[in-house]
Amino acid sequence: MGQGDGGTGTDRDGDRDGDRDWEELVTAALLGTERRGGSPRALLDAAAVQTLRRRAGLRPAAAAALPRPAAPDPRPEPPPAAGRRLAQLLAGRTAAAGGGGRRGAAPDLTELLPQWLAAAARHGYRAPAALVPALLDAARARTDLRPQALALAGARGLWLARLNPEWRFALRGAAGGGGELPDPADGEAVARLWEEGLFAERVALLGAVRAHDPAAAPRLLATTWATERAEDRLMFLDSLRSGLSDGDEPFLEAALGDRSRNVRATAAELLSALPASALAGRMAERALACVGPEAVVPPAECDAGMLRDGVVKRPPAGRGERAWWLGQLVESAPLSCWRDRFGGLSPARIVALPVAEGWAEEIHAAWCRAAVRQRDPLWSKALLGPASAPPAAGPGTASLAERAKLLETLTERERAAWVAEFVRAHGLSEAFQLLGVCRVPWAGELGRAVVDALDAAREAGSYPWSFSGVMGLAERCLDPAEADRLEAMTAAAQDPPEASPGAAAYWAEAFQRLVATLRLRGAMLAELAPPA
Amino acid sequence: MTEQGVRWTAEQVLALAPDDASRKAGGRLGAAGPWSQTGGSASGSVWGSCKGSGSTPYRTVVDLSGPAYTCSCPSRKFPCKHALGLLLLWAAQGFGDPAEPPDWAGEWLAGRAARAARPAAGPVDAGAARRRAERRAERIGAGVTELEQRLVDLLHGGIAGQQQAGYAPWEEVAARMVDAQAPGLAARARELGAIPGCGPGWPARMLEEFALLHLLGRAWLGVSGLPEPLAATVRSRVGLPSAAEGETVRDRWLVLAQYDSVSPDGRLTTRRIWLRGLEGGRPALVLDFGPPGRPPGLALPVGLVLEAEARFRPGSAGLRAELGDRTAAAAPAAVAPPGVGTGEALEAYGAALREDPWLESWPVVLGPVVPVPGDGAEAAWQLADAQGTSALPVSPPQGRSRSGLWRLAALSGGGPVTVFGECGHRGFTPLTAWQPGSPEPVPLV
Repeated sequence: MGQGDGGTGTDRDGDRDGDRDWEELVTAALLGTERRGGSPRALLDAAAVQTLRRRAGLRPAAAAALPRPAAPDPRPEPPPAAGRRLAQLLAGRTAAAGGGGRRGAAPDLTELLPQWLAAAARHGYRAPAALVPALLDAARARTDLRPQALALAGARGLWLARLNPEWRFALRGAAGGGGELPDPADGEAVARLWEEGLFAERVALLGAVRAHDPAAAPRLLATTWATERAEDRLMFLDSLRSGLSDGDEPFLEAALGDRSRNVRATAAELLSALPASALAGRMAERALACVGPEAVVPPAECDAGMLRDGVVKRPPAGRGERAWWLGQLVESAPLSCWRDRFGGLSPARIVALPVAEGWAEEIHAAWCRAAVRQRDPLWSKALLGPASAPPAAGPGTASLAERAKLLETLTERERAAWVAEFVRAHGLSEAFQLLGVCRVPWAGELGRAVVDALDAAREAGSYPWSFSGVMGLAERCLDPAEADRLEAMTAAAQDPPEASPGAAAYWAEAFQRLVATLRLRGAMLAELAPPA
Repeated sequence: MTEQGVRWTAEQVLALAPDDASRKAGGRLGAAGPWSQTGGSASGSVWGSCKGSGSTPYRTVVDLSGPAYTCSCPSRKFPCKHALGLLLLWAAQGFGDPAEPPDWAGEWLAGRAARAARPAAGPVDAGAARRRAERRAERIGAGVTELEQRLVDLLHGGIAGQQQAGYAPWEEVAARMVDAQAPGLAARARELGAIPGCGPGWPARMLEEFALLHLLGRAWLGVSGLPEPLAATVRSRVGLPSAAEGETVRDRWLVLAQYDSVSPDGRLTTRRIWLRGLEGGRPALVLDFGPPGRPPGLALPVGLVLEAEARFRPGSAGLRAELGDRTAAAAPAAVAPPGVGTGEALEAYGAALREDPWLESWPVVLGPVVPVPGDGAEAAWQLADAQGTSALPVSPPQGRSRSGLWRLAALSGGGPVTVFGECGHRGFTPLTAWQPGSPEPVPLV
């Protein structure tokens, strides 16, 4: 637009003259009337006329090439109230996060964003267009939000990411959500993307091909395997972890001979998760030779066969090498092999047996890793032991991190029941990690156990911030339906005798916040429900 | 209509918030939990009491036609978080059938009604006022003469040296103009200092600004001979306060945009509210000001329609207005306003320049247009006609983030949208957008 701005306003002689006159005025102003002649006042008069003439005569410029329209997104937008809530949550993300100290009774909005995104995904919504930039910004700042934020942003998000370099990350991580992958049955398109695509696109393609035809994925991998960089080979192997099946064994077995040690180790680990694989069989043979009901004899050496099957020879600092090798053999052996070795006992009975000469910790830890890797709920339950038993006295593992991992192999209901039992028996101080692996919203029994434990902590008179971790988790995970039952706890009571001064008031405030957040979550989830 | 008129949307409510903290705090109070005794009247007011940390709940009343607020909380923010929370709650679920306000709400509402009915101005000493005005006119005249001499001296020697001169000389000129009681001239002089730093093309921009300043000075010296609307324009451009004594127009006013800008010294926040009469099509600009650290008091959510009398100030192309009595509760607009093409937009700006040659831009609803994002940091964005032939450049977002432009792009997705903004010689500044077929405005600032 406009003269001098590279616009189109020069198609008439008058305009050309006007432009020339104006250029002359500017030159005269730069050099000064002293040198160029004429009077300054006349220059100002003429410039005033020209300035207004130019402004009043502005005409549109030629349009640049229009952007290619974004692909349509057939998913519905969330109901208006839910859209407004999303805008609020996204705005709250950037607003200053309250810095430490007492939080008062107001609910915490920021942590509700992941739940909003997850619920919207369950309903199959797309993001309201105007919120897509804020969503992309949120995804850029928080990688944990990225998959769901990008899925919600959909085609509109990808379209924007191509225009704005700040959102380039969305193109790398867009796999799946964007619907940009070729049909896995279209061999030619698959081959082309496999040859030319960005790494993330290729990983996504591999996943799509695998979902369509499990046997086709290793074939696709094999076409370029020899030329891939070691770190890419590792990532491709890692992507086989989900949906791993016996059909993958030949490929993995071949990868045991890879140039890269990390690739070899990962291939071995994946093979050991397939109890029917040849590697698992070889490991079972080695492990059974070392561990039995009568004695534990760790391997004397790490031979070439063990090395090829992924056993790492050098122990980390502070660990004996024989114990180190033993642990690796036991964790890679199929758990099913122990029944016969221990005279047909069940996992629980096996775990409960005494173990010779201080090997118990080593062997149990290895079984834990095996149970997690092979996703074996029976062994997991055996290793977890009864939730009410004092952790140190149980037959299995006392480590909370290991217990959390074992819990993940159980069904949601078993998991919630076990953690509820644990909370009832031991209180909250050690439950944080275990609560984190339970499904949201918490099952009724689990929620009640947590609330009762919080109530007990209040009556014991300690300050609520000793429990701020669990409190925060409860705000995010308790079933919103619990809010009414909790209402009774929001009243400020007298400090019980021996309580820390003022604790009762702080507890009341903490419960008020819990109730407020639950109500907010309840409203939020209700808003997302499609109109009847 | 049942209830308290058409309910607002949560965005419209949140647009009233004085700052982010209030927006957040209000959002938390927008659920039923802490509220009791909520209700609303048929004449457009809502009230409720909100349980806080103390023993006495806060009592909050909002007159929707203002909107105006009162709350028994100690906050000095307006509206406070309780008023925002109450409005959000009302926006979300409504307060049922109209009711009579409880005493504590009724007193304040009655007081407002009484004040509105009272005549505003008292008697003034006309003679003293005239003598003051004459003295001021003389001082301005002296300032104008001095300014004119500066321009002449500069053009005599050439402005090439201005790039080295920096801000200081123009700050000094601005101070002289403040002394001469011509704040309009002072502001223009102050801005001249920034032009040499604005990149290529600065000499042309500087000459333009010199020329307009010269034109304003000349116009002031001859103001008595000018036709009245132009004379009023000149007076207000120089910086004389003008009374809102012009024509009044009753219409249903659609709020097209609302945004704040802070003066360079950070001492004054100016809020611009763009309106458009739905019957007469007339644009109106309502200004409000806030002292340091405080937002302006007037807030009108974008997309709302209020039936009211607008009193237009004389001059300045008839844009400046004050809102008088509002007769009905505000309600969201049912449709997006109709847009014009790029050529028509520029013609409207050109036509307005006839009435006010110093006008930077003119409010225009443009559409359907397709936003064309700039390629890289340098290239400007465009708003192109849907056929992709002609386009308006988007003015560079000075100091403002580009997030509004990206929101515009996201809304369009490469398709046509309707955009309201300020169309002027530096390009088009998008302020609000509508998707096709949607009455819901999306603020871009």
